[in-house]
Order: sequence, then structure tokens, then C-alpha cells
Amino acid sequence: MEIRAIGCEPLQLKRMHIKDSHTLKVYLETGGYKALRKALEMSPEAVIEEVKKSALRGRGGAGFPTGIKWGFVPRSSPKPKYIVCNADESEPGTFKDRYLLERDPHAVIEGMLIAAYALGAKTGYIYFRGEYRYLIEIMDKALEEARAANYLGENILGSDFSCEIYTHTGAGAYICGEETALLSSLEGYRGHPRMKPPFPAVEGLYGCPTVVNNVETLTAVPQIIEMGGEEWRNLGTEKSGGTKLWSVSGHVKKPGVYELPMGYRDMEKFIMEDCGGMLRPDKKLKAVIPGGSSVYIMNADQIIGKGVTMDYEGLVAAGSAVGSGGFIVMDETVDIMESTKNLTEFYKHESCGWCTPCREGTDWLVKIFNRIAEGRGRPEDAQLLLDICDNIEGKSFCPLGDAAAWPIQSAIKRFPEDFKKWLFKNVNKDEIVANVYAE
Amino acid sequence: MATALPTDFTNQVNYTDEVAEFPPEVIEEMKSHLKKYPPERKRSALIPILFIVQRERGYIDPPGVNFVAKFLDLTVTDVWETATFYTMFHFRPIGKYHIQICRTLSCKIMGEPEITEHICRKLGIRPGETTPDGKFTVSMVECLGSCGTAPMMQINFDYYENLTPEKVDQILDSLQ
Repeated sequence: MEIRAIGCEPLQLKRMHIKDSHTLKVYLETGGYKALRKALEMSPEAVIEEVKKSALRGRGGAGFPTGIKWGFVPRSSPKPKYIVCNADESEPGTFKDRYLLERDPHAVIEGMLIAAYALGAKTGYIYFRGEYRYLIEIMDKALEEARAANYLGENILGSDFSCEIYTHTGAGAYICGEETALLSSLEGYRGHPRMKPPFPAVEGLYGCPTVVNNVETLTAVPQIIEMGGEEWRNLGTEKSGGTKLWSVSGHVKKPGVYELPMGYRDMEKFIMEDCGGMLRPDKKLKAVIPGGSSVYIMNADQIIGKGVTMDYEGLVAAGSAVGSGGFIVMDETVDIMESTKNLTEFYKHESCGWCTPCREGTDWLVKIFNRIAEGRGRPEDAQLLLDICDNIEGKSFCPLGDAAAWPIQSAIKRFPEDFKKWLFKNVNKDEIVANVYAE
Repeated sequence: MATALPTDFTNQVNYTDEVAEFPPEVIEEMKSHLKKYPPERKRSALIPILFIVQRERGYIDPPGVNFVAKFLDLTVTDVWETATFYTMFHFRPIGKYHIQICRTLSCKIMGEPEITEHICRKLGIRPGETTPDGKFTVSMVECLGSCGTAPMMQINFDYYENLTPEKVDQILDSLQ
């Protein structure tokens, strides 16, 4: 598996290939905790200002501007404030955080400390998905080392800033990657999302102001403080600052974690050259899911020769989204009806059951997909799937419902042949009346 | 929820008033988790402590749940409510080695079906079942964050990546 930066100096991946990069010793030798020292000499407002200038957007999937999120926290509130690192990486196709946590845990700690300082938080939690048990062990050791060297605890580095960070484990639930569900889980409840507003920045963990940030978002923070927000933003584009990690999987020769500057051009070159091209050279590119399973699937025509720019604006213009950067490449051997069925089963399994559109909707979607896969598909099933998606999208309590609908909507529109093949099997085409594929 | 194990249904559990007991070092380990949270927020330690109960007793059983409820000043229902939400908790005994095969898209297109068939054929069980000697349980699970090294499986808490049938043989044969 490849781990490397293309088109920029490795920032997020700086320590990936250094021996013992998870230790405090190596972290300090490679410039670690410099940014924390610098931040402690700045005012908290100035730290937030730098992050705003950097145009850093949440790397977990939603892409909300991090500086603005931090700005929502009422610093004057008498309640304790919390910083929570979302290490519940579960979006299908995404595995970048795993390598950051494994090989650069101190960068996560430093990012959290800077955030805590900016927000006035004295406590931080790192919420790991339950399956990442070995990463919790690595992080606990890193926290211990940091504590012993006074990077954590009381009066950090002689300042009047004090902060403690703890690890916490989930137990197998995709929904806990949604920030309010994560907080429910961290409080020891079922991982049900909560109503927004109030947003976590005002009422989060234990009803106190809380910021929840993705691992990759937090590891970017020390870089931003060290080089300055503006310079960091200039690595990318005006609206999409900095660099981004892409987790590449599927039918390419060199899957792995790639760091690209935002605005990298273009997606075709990325697949065909940087990732080594198609795994089986005689098989053509068929589809790409560029940002984790919850974004629109793209067909080859949207990529080949289109010069797709890999950043927030570029991917939206190309008909998809950056999401979490889980980049799944599929060649022509993949049947998109089957791949969409696979993802729909995922969403059905992971629906938390809290709201009706998502719980019932995903269940019915899977029932229809099962019927299609058993060879009993009907021509009107495509429309039926779209109708159900329409009753989920925008009507569910949290974005999981949207995430379940989008892959299906895009697949039906962009890969009609793969669906027609299943739906029109035993039907005389002239008899078809109501149908999404009818002329 | 839960296609992971067909036995994950608490309505099949025989409830009891019995309270589990744990050795002092395990109690200490549980207390170490309590220290992470504000004193009035003990419930936050529920998931970490349920993992310890599962490790010690093999699965989440009614005496274990009764213990946790007492330990954290919760009702027994509170504990069941949280425990049954999460797929990593089991409510029936499972094999010594829990083979969790990732079935989500990246693994699927990179050869998961072949790996699953090979494992099931080798062990003579289907996903969701345990071998008669109680050694292996096979489950199909959702994305484990190892897509670049697909296909993959997790056995208990260890990751095994870039699987081939030959590699699976070596791994399973090495487990005692």
C-alpha cells in the first residue's frame, strides 16, 4: 500500500515513513509541539483567526469551515468546554485517519491542545471506533508520554493553560461518526443523533459547549499555526485551503493514502498515473466514488478528458463531493446495481432506528434490491427506488438518510444500463408505461 | 440492525437477579475508566466497562449487566438499552476466535466473496455460526477502515489484510 504526497511537500504524511514516528522523541525531533508553544504565546482569538484564514474545512465529510465552528463556542459561558476528536472512522472507503492515529498520534494530541487552548477547554476526549482497539493502545502510550513531559496536564509548558485528554471507545456503530450521535455515545447512551439546534458548540457533551473535529482536521491545526493560516491556505485554493488526504481503494495498481494539495488537477491523471492506473490494464475504468460511500457515484464519462479538479468546488462541479476522501475506483467488471445494493445494505445495517424515514426507508430499499438481485426485478423498480429515496432525503433526523439516498439516485441516473439489464429481463419493452427509463 | 450475529436478541436471554463478581484487579481496571469522566457522569464509562465484562465473561450476560448497573448506579434497563445498540457486544457465547469479514464495497470488489466462501468451507459453518468445538465464530461486518488493503478480516481485535485463500489458511491454522 502506498502512502505518499503528490504535488506538494508531505504535511499530514510528514512522519509516515519515519521509524518510531509514534513516539514523543521522534515527534520532537521532527518539529513536534513547536506549534503548541507558538499558540500559547498567541491569544485564543488570534489562534481562531489563523484557523479561519486557513480556510480549513472539516475533513470528516461534511466540510464545515473549522474556524467558524470554533467561533461558535461562547467563551464567556461559565460551563466547562470540551474538545472531542472524532476517530470513529467508518465511512466505507475511508482509512486515512487510521494511519494518522497509528503513526502520528502526537500530531492529534497537539492539534487537540491548540484547539482546547483556543476554545478555553480543559478536557478533551478522543472517540475511537471500537474496532480500532490497537490504536487506542498506541494513543494511551502517546498521552502518557505527553503527560510525563508536561505537554498535558496542569500548567502546560509553564503557561497557565491546563488540559487533559482521554481516549474513549465506541462499540461498532457507523452512526457515532455523526457528531451529536457521538456525543450521545460518549455519554453512555445509544448512539442516537440529537436535534440541532442547539449545536454542540453551544450544548454538546453533558450540555456544555463542545467542538467535535475529525482526526485529519486536528492534525492540520499545528501546521496552520506553525506556517500561518494564509500560507497554509495558499497550498490549496482560495476556498479550499491546504492539503487533503485521499484513501484510495478498489481497482487501481497502487491503492493507499495520498496527500494532494486542494485543487489538484486532474482526477484522470490521479487515477491513471499517480495511483498506477487500472489494476487489470485490459479492464476499463467504469466508476469512481470519490468521497466515501455517501457521495454521488461518478461514471467514467464524467472523469475521462474532463479535467476534474480535486477540491470542494471542483468535485461539486463534476457532479460529486469531497466527503471524507474515500476514493473507490471500480473497473468494468463491477455491476453498479450490485455495488449500490452492497452500500444500501450497509446503510440499512447502520441506520440507528431513531427516525422513521431512514429506518423504514433503508429496509424497503434493501427489500427491493434483494428482489432485483434474485432476478425478479420489475421495470418500475427504478422509479420505486427513487420514490423511496425521495421520502428519505432531507426528511431524516440526521444526514445518514441523505447518505443512503444519494448513491442510489446517482447510480440509477448515471448507470442506466446496469439497472435496465436487471429490470427489463423478462419484459416486452413496448408494454412499459410508468418508468424512469422510458423515453 | 445486527446481521452480525443472529443470536443478538435479548428477548432470548434468561434474566436473573444474580450479580456477577470480578477479581480486584478487574475492578481496578474498571475504576481507571471512571477517572476519565466527571464524577456525576459515571454513565460515560458504560461502553468501556461493558467491553471488560464481555472479555471476562465471554459475552454480555444478565449477571454481568446486573453488576454494571450497580457499579455505575444505573438501572438494569439502562445498561441493556445501551448494550443492545452496539454490534460489538454479544449476548450469547461466541467462539474463542471471532472472525469478522468485511463485506462492504471495497472489500467486496477486491475478492471478499471468495474469502468468505473459503473460510466457511474450511470451518464448515455459515456466517453467524460457531464451530461445534467453540473455537471459531464467523460474522460478516461492515467497513473496518482497511479498504486499501482489501480484502480483509478482523479476528478478535487483530487486523489481517490483503487476504488470499492461502493466507487465510496460514492464519487460521496458526490459531490454537
